[in-house]
Amino acid sequence: MSAEHAPNASEYIVHHLTHLNSLGHKQSSLVDWSVFHLDTMFWSISLGMLAIFVLSRAALKATSGVPTRFQAAVEILVEMVEDQSKSIVHGDRSFIAPLALTVFVWIFAMNAMDLLPLDALPRLWAIIYGSAGHDPEHAYLRIVPTADLNATLGMAVGVLLLCIYYSIKIKGLGGWIHELFTAPFGNHPVLYPFNFAMQMIEFVAKTLSHGMRLYGNMYAGELIFMLIALMGAALAASFSGVLLWVGGIFAGTIWAIFHILIITLQAFIFMMLTLVYIGQAHETH
Amino acid sequence: MNLNGTLLQQVIVFFILGWFTMKFVWPPIMKALDERRSQIADGLAAADKAKADSSLAEKRIADELRKARESAAEFRSVAERQVAQLIEDARNESARIVKAAREAAETEAGLASQRAKEALREQVATLAVAGAERILRKEINAQAHAELLSQLKSEL
Repeated sequence: MSAEHAPNASEYIVHHLTHLNSLGHKQSSLVDWSVFHLDTMFWSISLGMLAIFVLSRAALKATSGVPTRFQAAVEILVEMVEDQSKSIVHGDRSFIAPLALTVFVWIFAMNAMDLLPLDALPRLWAIIYGSAGHDPEHAYLRIVPTADLNATLGMAVGVLLLCIYYSIKIKGLGGWIHELFTAPFGNHPVLYPFNFAMQMIEFVAKTLSHGMRLYGNMYAGELIFMLIALMGAALAASFSGVLLWVGGIFAGTIWAIFHILIITLQAFIFMMLTLVYIGQAHETH
Repeated sequence: MNLNGTLLQQVIVFFILGWFTMKFVWPPIMKALDERRSQIADGLAAADKAKADSSLAEKRIADELRKARESAAEFRSVAERQVAQLIEDARNESARIVKAAREAAETEAGLASQRAKEALREQVATLAVAGAERILRKEINAQAHAELLSQLKSEL
């Protein structure tokens, strides 16, 4: 984005939507397990560390006496998660409830990256990348890990694995396989294939919708921030350009405020669905 | 939208973060919350007990007050009775003293008037004898008629 040839709107958005990956250029195939999104990994792990650091600070200083405001805030969060998990999951919650808390705080932190100025960190990265002797034009960086399907689907797959684990733990391996073939339609040899097909569809649909919901919301939110940024970039000596620039201020303000709700809500929804799916694994049909 | 190794990495991070929270974050906070809950429960129970104690103490205070009031009233009525008795006694005593004094005065007065009568009689007798002497200068001899005169004197 040097001054000689400013990117047009399409180039700007494409640049912003390109991940910093281990290839150095855009991944061509749809699925390639040898490629890693370095930006998503960096930000998700950093924010995960931040989340558990904040939580463990509260845990270290936790006292049964008069709590500090910080401790009280974390306690409100913990109680909220505890209440939700208690009402949804009937069984051993010693891992599920803490996991739900982590998921909520972690996803909230990752979503909140959307509220940082859109160009700030990528521009900083371009400077670092350029000073390291690379072409700053190819300094790609996406800072919202939850706007990467790999991150959200990764967590959804984690929940799927937990569902399978708890299904086997609660019902036994035989019980779970029995359920795969006899639910939801009934225990009859003719119905076995249909039951199994339905169960597989259910697992796939649950996991995909779980990951896609968060990804879609964050991706769309990020895209709208880019469009609003383009409105601001239209500032020129023309009347309509100035109008667009002013409109960008309003639109950016309104969307950012609305996004505070969205990032919290999506984190909460992801946490609740995690609890619901694992809770379902605890129930026998 | 490309799927790649990031997904597997994210699965692993997901479990590590969950494990960390389960191990180091959740237990101390829940412990603090449970401890605080039991402390609050204890405090509430203690407050209830204190309330019951204080109402008991109030009842006892009311009892004591009532008793004190009753005994004070009793004391007062006894004292009033005693005072009335004292006044009555004093009144009787004074009446008795006045009566005795009056009687003594009357006796004294009676004696005095008796004495005066005696003296008056003596003088009247003397006067009568002197008068008779003057009338009967010659015929009457004082020594000869002394018996007659004393008889006369006692008749006056």
